[in-house]
Amino acid sequence: MTARRLAEGGRIDRASVLPFTWHGAKLSGFAGDTLASALLANGVKVVGRGFKYHRARGIFAAWVEEPNAILDLQWNGHHDPNARATTVALRAGMAARGVNARPDVDRDIYRGIDLLQRFLPAGFYYKTFFPNWHRYEPRIREMAGLGRLRGGAPDTRQYEARHAHADVLIVGGGPAGLAAARAAASAGLSVLLADDRREFGGSLLWQDATIDDQSGMAWAAATVRDLAGAGVRLLPDTTVFGAYDDGSFGLLERRGAAPAGWAEDRLWTVRARHAVLATGSIERPLVFPHNDRPGVMLASAALQYLRQYSVLVADEIVVATNNDSAYTAALALRDAGATVTVADVRPAPPAIAHAAIDAGIRVLPGSVVLHTIGRDGVRLVDIGPADATSARAATLRVPAGAVLVSGGHAPAVHLHSQSRGKLRWDDASAMFLPVAAVTGQSLAGAMTGEQTLAGALASGHRAGVAAASALDRGVAIPAPTTPRLPASDPIQPYWCVPIKGARQWLDLQNDVAVKDVRLAARENYSSVEHLKRYTTLGMATDQGKTSNVNGLAILADATGRRIPEVGTTTFRPPYTPVTLGALAGMRHGALYAPWRHLPAHAEHVERGAEMREYGGWWRPACYTRASETPAQAIQREAAAVRQGVGLFDGSSLGKIVVDGPDAAAFLNLLYYNDLANLKPGRLRYVLLLRENGVVYDDGVVARVGPERYQLSPSSSHTAGVLAMLEAWHQTEYPTMRVAFHDVTGAWATFAVSGPRARDMLSPLTGIDIAADALPHMTFADGTILGIAGRIARVSFTGERSYEVSVPAGYGPALWRRLMQAGGDFGITPYGIEALSVLRAEKGYILIGTDTDGMTLPDDLGMAGPLRAKKVDFVGRRSLLTPDAVRPDRRQFVGLLPLDPNAVPHPGAHAIERRADGMRSLGWVTSACHSPALGRSIALGMIARGRSLIESGGEVELFHLGQTMRARVVSPVFHDPAGEKLHG
Amino acid sequence: MLLIPCPWCGPRDEPEFSFGGEPVARPVPAERVSDAEWADYLYFRDNDKGPHTEIWCHSGGCGQWFVMERDTLTHAVLSARKPGGAA
Ligand SMILES: [Zn+2]
Repeated sequence: MTARRLAEGGRIDRASVLPFTWHGAKLSGFAGDTLASALLANGVKVVGRGFKYHRARGIFAAWVEEPNAILDLQWNGHHDPNARATTVALRAGMAARGVNARPDVDRDIYRGIDLLQRFLPAGFYYKTFFPNWHRYEPRIREMAGLGRLRGGAPDTRQYEARHAHADVLIVGGGPAGLAAARAAASAGLSVLLADDRREFGGSLLWQDATIDDQSGMAWAAATVRDLAGAGVRLLPDTTVFGAYDDGSFGLLERRGAAPAGWAEDRLWTVRARHAVLATGSIERPLVFPHNDRPGVMLASAALQYLRQYSVLVADEIVVATNNDSAYTAALALRDAGATVTVADVRPAPPAIAHAAIDAGIRVLPGSVVLHTIGRDGVRLVDIGPADATSARAATLRVPAGAVLVSGGHAPAVHLHSQSRGKLRWDDASAMFLPVAAVTGQSLAGAMTGEQTLAGALASGHRAGVAAASALDRGVAIPAPTTPRLPASDPIQPYWCVPIKGARQWLDLQNDVAVKDVRLAARENYSSVEHLKRYTTLGMATDQGKTSNVNGLAILADATGRRIPEVGTTTFRPPYTPVTLGALAGMRHGALYAPWRHLPAHAEHVERGAEMREYGGWWRPACYTRASETPAQAIQREAAAVRQGVGLFDGSSLGKIVVDGPDAAAFLNLLYYNDLANLKPGRLRYVLLLRENGVVYDDGVVARVGPERYQLSPSSSHTAGVLAMLEAWHQTEYPTMRVAFHDVTGAWATFAVSGPRARDMLSPLTGIDIAADALPHMTFADGTILGIAGRIARVSFTGERSYEVSVPAGYGPALWRRLMQAGGDFGITPYGIEALSVLRAEKGYILIGTDTDGMTLPDDLGMAGPLRAKKVDFVGRRSLLTPDAVRPDRRQFVGLLPLDPNAVPHPGAHAIERRADGMRSLGWVTSACHSPALGRSIALGMIARGRSLIESGGEVELFHLGQTMRARVVSPVFHDPAGEKLHG
Repeated sequence: MLLIPCPWCGPRDEPEFSFGGEPVARPVPAERVSDAEWADYLYFRDNDKGPHTEIWCHSGGCGQWFVMERDTLTHAVLSARKPGGAA
């Protein structure tokens, strides 16, 4: 017999029918159902296949601890490949499928793998496939794992983030949490109450109770109303998944179906002055052979399905327990009409057994389930003595569609542990309990080991009082009251049936059985952390919520230790999975890092520029004409600059103004080059090093006046250089009178470059730019087309070049006027890619391309300042170490492939062939076809490069199995004497 | 997420700050610093367990560097002060 919906009852709305599909079959449920309760109500038994052995698996739990029902879910155009059916609120139109099975969970082609189980013990994959894991991984991954993404389609859901402060954050809206919230709110504190379920009430949703002379749920509803009235912020459907430093918590709020554009998931960051953890407990299973068959379920889950969703899990039920809590489920199910047999491992029947017997339940003390029988679902159950060593010891076979298990409870101590709270093992209750709340927190309810409603309410009220008291407030209201119930009989810890060989499952999600833990112990994986990695016990999306305690109890037994000696694995956030989309929120695409746009952006786009991102800036790569490929455009643009005149938008180049009486002295302490002796009106090419001597940035510095400089770091390093100046000023030279301003965005800068640049520009400016008036590496202020600005004679192309800067607002107009005026000169706009070719022809380095985290100035042939400058500039001492002066360092060189049509691949290694194989001498850093030389050229860093240049040496370049030979030459291919540059 | 008391701005969330590591005295002049001393300055840190002096920058706020004492075991922020001065 399978599960079915009863005619009445449950917290569902039978007037609201929600159609959905399961593997394409049309089913329906009701508003208020979870996907799991709807599947059960429709008699679905098999919802998944085991991770490793592909055994059939059914719904096992009713909430976050569910290990099996991980489904592929589509709704409203969205896709979730790993949805936990027990926590998903059913919606109309949902399409659900099982995962880790082909073609579906009922006809899985890999099911036969279970027959190989004796050959697939713990660690099998490690032992068999390493070190050649990469060869086997794709096939194994296909067979294992959970859901899969579909074709890399982007996540269509919306997410958003919220930040909040609260005096008191209360985690958990069960009886303890509600009692705490009531007390804290009465003290006038700002309270935020979060619960992961749709309705507040916790266990009151399925347990009979009387509180303050009302039914439990009536009290919960009245309390929630009062809290809302008192201004308490209520967050239902919200999981507090992580506890972080200084009272901060991460919360995931699920807001349900809504119109397009609505953020369904909302990530909260809450900073609370005090937190009350009332997170409840999670039932752990009783372990016996074949305990993974569909129909085996936590006793508390069956009770929840009955009371919340009016689903009876089976008409014939066996309950396997070692404690009193399962009797509550047994009695409720009996009351709903089921035939119930209780196998209780405790030899003496507990007091509660009498009530069960009176209700018509068969109780078998000293008994346990020894075997379950049934293809794809429990049909028959063998019961025998709890100390049986063989399945043949069974004394009774009963028909049953469900086996409800309870091995005790594990307090949900996750947030306490994440807050570095300590745990202790309590023998009497067989639980790990918090030793004491950490500072800034109070603990309440079942997570502290309270197992009665009276205890939960009292401890919740106490926690609310403690929170108020920690914040210097008092509580005047009394605690809620509930009738005292007779004490329950103690639990008898019972970790598995002492039968050898049979598979008794611990971790259903990861297919880990008792024998896997014993094997790990035999192989000396006796630390619980090692056990977890070796067997995968407690990994994956449920993080062992139902398996950890049982697993470490087995480990303790196998290694002859007590449970507290074994201890637990570390609890880490998140408590339940959080989608990456929720963590990212709106920080994706353009909202993650907004593009920076050039002032003349629209002019470039209008001209057909191919815009690409360079270091956060959206810049023209090239201006491709119709009938031209981008590669052809790049060659045309570069050639035009050499022959006539080109126009380049260099506005993204950094501009940092350095002001103050100590500006010269300070910059001299920072930069590799001497900047104190730079005269006003002049420019200097400079390097900035890190303290380890490595070249961090290059750029051009202008001395504007005696106490003012302007730095031009490379576009992507401007923020970094500014931060470095600030850091050195504040921490090393705080008394120097100097200040820094990033004015990059204030200026539009265009480079007019080429042999005809001066002819073109002269008539447009009031500044005298004649060769002797404005020689290379000088600048002057004046007007350009009537706009006040600056012209700097500086070149990144190797041609006669003028950088024209005007206030950014004039940028678009100036670009148009320059293009217009340049018409007669055949002016050609050129992009970054052409500039990259032009600078390579001149051997100008590109930081981060031609240099890396090991490049020192001398490697680039720039040793002069070290010899000339006596100031202890940043990185200086590092240039004097034995490693810095090693003769075999890699040095910057030019490379001419012997085949002038072959362009080597950047990254190709220069190799030396030796008897024992190849050795790298360095690598190619830049390479292109040079229009000026009409052949291929390359730059690179090669060991002893400069002596190879002198000797006219050759190197062999190797890339992905292909080789080519190249001559090592000076990196300056074009105009080595600099006549064009200075002319 | 630490709550960091910037000496200029007051308590602010950790993401507004950049970590600068342990403060280390820069050995000068270069000519009188041995290779070993320099390597020690560049690369070696005490990385204490427990109370630990660090420098941080309120890079997403006032941009100022300051000295903070933090317990590396408990993450408790023990004190924060302006460099060379009082909190
Ligand atoms: Zn600040």
